Amino acid sequence: MSSNTDFLLALESVGVSFDGFKAVNDLNLYIDYGELRVIIGPNGAGKTTVLDLICGRTRVSEGSIKFKNQEITGCKEQEIVRRGIGRKFQTPTIYEDLTVFENLELSVPRGRNVAGALFWKRTDEVIERVREIAAMIFLREQLDWHAETLSHGQKQWLEIGMLLIQDPELLMLDEPVAGMSASERTKTAELLKQIIKNRSVIVIEHDMKFVESIAHRVTVLHQGKVLAEGDMQSVQNNAKVKEVYLGH
Amino acid sequence: MTAVRTDTRRLELIGFALVAVFILIFLPSVLDVFRLNLFGKYLTYAFVAVGLVLCWGHTGILSLGQGLFFGLGGYCMAAFLKLEASSVANTKIQSTPGIPDFMDWNQLTGLPFFWVPFKSLPYALIAVIAVPTVLAFILGAALFKRRVGGVYFAIITQALAAVMTILIVGQQGYTGGINGITDLRTLLGWDIRTDSAKFILYFVCCALLLGSMFVARFVLASKLGRILVATRDQEDRVRFSGYDVANYKIFVFCLASAMAAVGGAMFTLQVGFMSPSFVGIVPSIEMVIFCAVGGRHSIVGAVAGTLLVNWGKTMFSEAFPELWLFAMGGLFIAVVVAFPRGIAGLMTDQILPKLASWMGSGHAQPSPAPAPAE
Repeated sequence: MSSNTDFLLALESVGVSFDGFKAVNDLNLYIDYGELRVIIGPNGAGKTTVLDLICGRTRVSEGSIKFKNQEITGCKEQEIVRRGIGRKFQTPTIYEDLTVFENLELSVPRGRNVAGALFWKRTDEVIERVREIAAMIFLREQLDWHAETLSHGQKQWLEIGMLLIQDPELLMLDEPVAGMSASERTKTAELLKQIIKNRSVIVIEHDMKFVESIAHRVTVLHQGKVLAEGDMQSVQNNAKVKEVYLGH
Repeated sequence: MTAVRTDTRRLELIGFALVAVFILIFLPSVLDVFRLNLFGKYLTYAFVAVGLVLCWGHTGILSLGQGLFFGLGGYCMAAFLKLEASSVANTKIQSTPGIPDFMDWNQLTGLPFFWVPFKSLPYALIAVIAVPTVLAFILGAALFKRRVGGVYFAIITQALAAVMTILIVGQQGYTGGINGITDLRTLLGWDIRTDSAKFILYFVCCALLLGSMFVARFVLASKLGRILVATRDQEDRVRFSGYDVANYKIFVFCLASAMAAVGGAMFTLQVGFMSPSFVGIVPSIEMVIFCAVGGRHSIVGAVAGTLLVNWGKTMFSEAFPELWLFAMGGLFIAVVVAFPRGIAGLMTDQILPKLASWMGSGHAQPSPAPAPAE
């Protein structure tokens, strides 16, 4: 039995194996309200798998995942989303054939059933909300563009915007600055600082400079387990971490 | 929203108008009733093609079994017409008068229970839509909820079309077997075999087809239409935006099947019979080819493609009957290799921009020239 928890998100003794290979093994992870947590670790450490487990894309083999003290293992992906967990994928996952506006509009958390979508009205409120988010993700001028014409970095922002418009309590970002230029990275760091105000965020990231610039707490994963956890300073000075990861 | 988008919207409406003018005014004024009836038959396939634009072109669900739904709609209509044609007076030479002739030949002595309701026209008309839609719903719920998609879905639908053919042929006492349900005569006493009836039925078919096209357009222009496109391109993202993707797929698959069924019913009415040769794998794949040739993203294109390929088929097979299948195969290869977006894609990507540039900047608006088959 898992315990009651005051944390926003609590993973306890979570494990998953693929064909006998334990990608995540006896993992415990707690995310507080309003926290920005960065997960780092070498390739194959199970970082993306952890996000997959939380958002229901991969089913846990054992253990419990609680969101706001409610078990979410076994819930369908869309149910988990509706409870308030948003997830950004590693490569920008947007609707290339639609405009930026339409991409954001589809992400507005209303009219999600078939009838609601069929008789959806583009109200002023929706337009206002889309504009507001577009300004936040630096795409105010590009609302009418087809998403496929955006640059890689802009696509990453768009996907973040699509999550923001859902106003999730927990936002999970898988390598949000991958493939971005230096100036785009700086802007993204600002964006993250801005959006964390009302929610918790989990970020997976390789870029240590970027991690340093945003992180509250850092969790180091290695071979599906938590190797170390703490602020950036202590993690960087941790001998085990140096050995498996930073020392490379 | 965008300039481009409004332009395509306007183009689409122009296309709709061209289709309407072509089938409502042009064809009836140049064709005799025999040829017009032939085009009426082609138009019944266009219902299937419009449905495929929704579920294949926009949602990415390739169904190779649309003949199944076309056939079910057709059979429901045929059942009513057959019962009306099999009155006791008409069938008094049979050993059991009052039942369809094929039942009598197969030693059936009474009407099977599932045939009885088809004595009523309202029931039959409801069944035309409901039977295929319910089947599509069951199929969709079973497959899409389990996330069966892509080529697996195509193979399963194809297998089902084959199964249905075998079932119909095998149970000939109940279905009319390989010959199908033939010798249909009247609809509530109105003889559907006469030239005037064929003429009227042609226009009924046109009206229903235009209605289906507008329904399809309404769906595609709504947010639901954008969700379908989004699902085709990034299914995971749609799911992680809180949508139950399977429900959307079930909806669009049911809608496509209902359209195919209406086409099937109109086929029965205009051609005067229904047989398993319109249910199986070959007709199902042919219908996909109609849609592909016309352009699977375009409603107007699908209708145009259907008319063009069928007209070509009739012309070609009148001249060289044995070569038609090769021509059809060649056409499909040509579409896949040379113009994957079909005629509609050629029009919007190649021909219209060129026309616009030829006309020069003197004209502010590019005026789309009528396509030969629209």
